[in-house]
Amino acid sequence: MSFDQLYDLLDRFVPESIDWMVFTVTALILSLAVINAMVLCTALYTWFERRMLGRFQSRIGPNRWGPFGLLQPIADVIKLLVKEDVIPVVADRAVFTLAPVVLLVPALMVFIVIPFGEQSFLGKLNVGVLFILGVTGVNTLAIIMGGWASRNKYALFGAMRGAAMLISYEVPMALSLIGVIILAGSISLVDIVSSQGIFYILVQPLAFLVFMAAASAEMSRAPFDMIESESELGAGYHTEYSGIKYAIFQLAEFMAPLVTAAVATVVFLGGTKGIDPIPGQVWFLLKAFSVVFVLLWVRATWPRLRVDQIMGFAWKGLFPLSVINFFVVAVELFVLQEPDGTITNQSMMIMTGINWVVMVVSIVLIATVLGQGKLQHKLPPQPSSLANMAASEGD
Amino acid sequence: MYGLGMVRGMGVTFKNLVLPSRQFAVQYPNRKISLFELAKENDTDVVSFAINNPVQAIKALAGFVEVPVRLPQHSRFRGEEFTWYEQRCTGCASCAKFCPLGIIKIVTDTSGKYEQDGGKYDIEVFDIDIGRCMFCGLCVQACPYDALHMGSGFEEGVYRRDDLVIDVERLKAAPKKPSTWYRPQIESQNFDPQSDDMREYLDVGRHERPSQDQQVDRWAKR
Repeated sequence: MSFDQLYDLLDRFVPESIDWMVFTVTALILSLAVINAMVLCTALYTWFERRMLGRFQSRIGPNRWGPFGLLQPIADVIKLLVKEDVIPVVADRAVFTLAPVVLLVPALMVFIVIPFGEQSFLGKLNVGVLFILGVTGVNTLAIIMGGWASRNKYALFGAMRGAAMLISYEVPMALSLIGVIILAGSISLVDIVSSQGIFYILVQPLAFLVFMAAASAEMSRAPFDMIESESELGAGYHTEYSGIKYAIFQLAEFMAPLVTAAVATVVFLGGTKGIDPIPGQVWFLLKAFSVVFVLLWVRATWPRLRVDQIMGFAWKGLFPLSVINFFVVAVELFVLQEPDGTITNQSMMIMTGINWVVMVVSIVLIATVLGQGKLQHKLPPQPSSLANMAASEGD
Repeated sequence: MYGLGMVRGMGVTFKNLVLPSRQFAVQYPNRKISLFELAKENDTDVVSFAINNPVQAIKALAGFVEVPVRLPQHSRFRGEEFTWYEQRCTGCASCAKFCPLGIIKIVTDTSGKYEQDGGKYDIEVFDIDIGRCMFCGLCVQACPYDALHMGSGFEEGVYRRDDLVIDVERLKAAPKKPSTWYRPQIESQNFDPQSDDMREYLDVGRHERPSQDQQVDRWAKR
């Protein structure tokens, strides 16, 4: 159900003179549907994430409220809504209040353009990738707003780290998407889906890896959760937040993996494409679910990086990898494409073979180069001088 | 190669997810039981149990049936709710003297209103403030007549500190399930404080239970 279809449906029952009202009502219905669906999905996802995280760490996770703890999100939301909404006296009230909304809205806006079926909710937006990159860039602003308005040194530390990190990681993310764009020949998400004769995760595995790493940094999840590193900064940029504002921050934060999974599904996993009897929406959900699972697995396993390691990983690791991918794909495209600019499935298979080799070689190369310093500086273990005391006394 | 350890770490967490042997958390105070266990508890097989009470069976299949869990606990566990035998107590207040924290208050009366075995003391007040008790058990060690024993419970949460003071009425009314700590005579009877059976005052002494004649010799003829 897209905007145009709903608009046409409603337009039949209403006279021509109040057409603008139909437009508004359609927009309201659609936004209500998308927001409610997303918030419910996110609530369910918080339960899923906490349960799975527990299993990954040999725990059980929330299991008291409702069957298997399924009602835990409701309990959490009620608790957060009932709590007092504290605004520090020294805080900048307007910015402080606005920051959670600024963080939440981009995540919801991305879902407007994701093609769940033939089309997205907004119809056929022909600049989908550009829209996503632009809209998700806003969350840097929200984090700076929250950290700055709190007048709290830890919040400001978190926000500053966040700004540096998010801006750095947008570069490899955009570069990895460029490889997909030149292969699809379009920046419309619908066209990208329809051009995937072979899924782009197979054709460009390197771009997928770089995109996932950069995206998990963009949404500041472990191992890149420098913004709110709770062992160092309290809670980072939302240290001073409480009540419903904190709830909105948490909502936006838990919505981010879903957004990332949806975008990765569309761009790299073929969106709604699948084997025929099962409808495309089910395939979409399955693929998005598997991406979410991988994100969760990574979060459960790897420890947080240091600030300088994070920046180094973006500029020394991901940036060269995405540039390599971009150039390799461009050269292959130049050689293999048909005279009219399209590319056949056979050529894509050749590209797949080359790109997997390129991926393994370049990752090994960069890992070796980056790890060289670490390996050289590792000193052999020295026995302590204290350890020899007992032996010499015995003599 | 640099970074292979990260991949190995992913394997470790995946094993945690998949292998049931990695799940070692014990559910307390309730545990969900499967349909098989439920049928076994009711001494039937699964099919007949499901036919007789289908609602319970469906609940068990969906994982809604819970049973309380009691973790294994040694009989010498020093817990709350002291066990006190008024028939054995002479009101000597040794326990109060030996308590390092001074949390036992004992007041006796010589009116002999309630005459106990061989004594004319009446214990009017016996307050133990277990909110400050550290369960060292010195009061139990000090008791010359084996009248005071440690308890075996630990689920004694209350909402007010005042409720943590055990008074004499509560001590009298409490079920007589002494912990066997510092009481080898009870442990040698294979007594389990977690089970339902209790011990009367004649059974918990350091010596064997005297016969009627012995008791008369010992106490009444003095």
